[in-house]
Amino acid sequence: MNNEPDGNLGPQAAYEAFLQQGRFMIQRSKSTGEYVFYPRVCAPSGVQDLEWVEASGRGTVYAATMKRGREGDTSIVLVDLDEGPRMMSTISGDLNLPIGSKVVARVETAGGQPRVVFDPAPGGEGAR
Amino acid sequence: MSRSLRGKTAIVGLGTAGMGEAPGYSALDLLAQASLAAIEDAGLKLSDVDAVFSAMSQHALASMSAAEYLGIKPKYFDSTNVGGSSFEMHLLQATLALEAGLCDTALICYGSNQRTAGGRLISLSEPNWHEVPYQPRHPITAYALAASRHMHEYGTTREMLADVAVAARAWANLNPEAFARGPLSREDVLNSRMISDPLSKLDCCLVTDGAAACILTRADRARDLKQKPVYFLGGAGANWHRSIVAMPDLTVTAAADSGPRAFEMAGVTHGDIDLSMLYDAFTINTILFLEDLGFCPKGEGGRFVQDGRIAPGGELAVNTSGGGLSCVHPGMYGMFLIAEAVTQIRGDAGARQVKDCDVALLHGNGGTLSSQVTAFLGSGNTI
Repeated sequence: MNNEPDGNLGPQAAYEAFLQQGRFMIQRSKSTGEYVFYPRVCAPSGVQDLEWVEASGRGTVYAATMKRGREGDTSIVLVDLDEGPRMMSTISGDLNLPIGSKVVARVETAGGQPRVVFDPAPGGEGAR
Repeated sequence: MSRSLRGKTAIVGLGTAGMGEAPGYSALDLLAQASLAAIEDAGLKLSDVDAVFSAMSQHALASMSAAEYLGIKPKYFDSTNVGGSSFEMHLLQATLALEAGLCDTALICYGSNQRTAGGRLISLSEPNWHEVPYQPRHPITAYALAASRHMHEYGTTREMLADVAVAARAWANLNPEAFARGPLSREDVLNSRMISDPLSKLDCCLVTDGAAACILTRADRARDLKQKPVYFLGGAGANWHRSIVAMPDLTVTAAADSGPRAFEMAGVTHGDIDLSMLYDAFTINTILFLEDLGFCPKGEGGRFVQDGRIAPGGELAVNTSGGGLSCVHPGMYGMFLIAEAVTQIRGDAGARQVKDCDVALLHGNGGTLSSQVTAFLGSGNTI
């Protein structure tokens, strides 16, 4: 599959365009191998030679809260991707998944803007 | 680290206005009332003020709005906005400007009417695009995430968090200006409505109106004015992230960096500190800052605050006004850390007065545990 965004898009626009295609892509430096998320024009070391790669989708819950509201409870988590970077997301399904749980990503396209959400990893209990 | 700024400037005037609720008044009305009170307290005239430092949650160009409203044409001004920590940063910036001779009389000021304007936190802070799909309710979502991690790594409990709120209320009960007064038990906090696990309503700061302002001038001039000077001893900021996603370790704030540099500049050790004003927007803040500023080892903050250690009569005087949790929190709280420290060092704190209060640590926090600014103020005995 083509890992170049369609057209000359900046990092945010490219990420969102990939999501529209149902793909969870993150950036990696060709020279240093650093992974970058959220998408931007440079890696922490300052190099700009970033390419888009398919995220493994595997991660671990780093922190977790439940936003309480009239419309119901919403899980908000920080997930450490196996590649290294951390992202904000939500757990679908088992809302009370504890910190340390292994999770897998899925691009959710229902509703408006597509987004990356996480499900408990199959057999993830042992990883806690 | 330079100590060249230690004791070079002093706070010579202090004013507050609209503490708690001020129906019918705008943010700038309250800011102006507090500023004029500070100028009068200093025995100065409005026309003496030649520098304005401000950040506001309702006005993006704060020093501009404040100066115009008051009719000041400042020759030096600074609207640095690093959230609630702005005013501790302004102490440092104003000291630099005064020492450089760029101005002589600096006004640092804040005002907000966010309680009577709607009762919700007002912020000019734009959302982070990569967080938007998950609809965080910042700031509380970020602080709840940090609390969850602290509990996971160190066994901190909701009871320990609750003890921070209970101590703050006990101090507030000694402060007639505090907005939230009355008995508060650990059970009350635990049983209050959950907002974002593990933080319940009473783990969160108040949403009040309020304004505060101070006048800062060079120390040589301060000694000729009517109030006992409260000296600026040192200050330092550290900033490691903006979005909570980018915070390297949710259990360690940049106070671990700003703190040591501020201690060094002020020439102060922990044993010298009589009062610690720690920006308590949420109960987890107090615990994190006690750790990161070296009052206890990392991870021990929850156990440290138990058994009334930071409550009236405890071994460490922390947030003696009642803090953002029980005294006042009009969006940005940093100016009120200064107000309480000055009141205590002057010996004007009434029933909550800390005995022989000579050295106060102020720790401001801005954003989502992002900007951290530590400053020290001291009495004439420290010079």
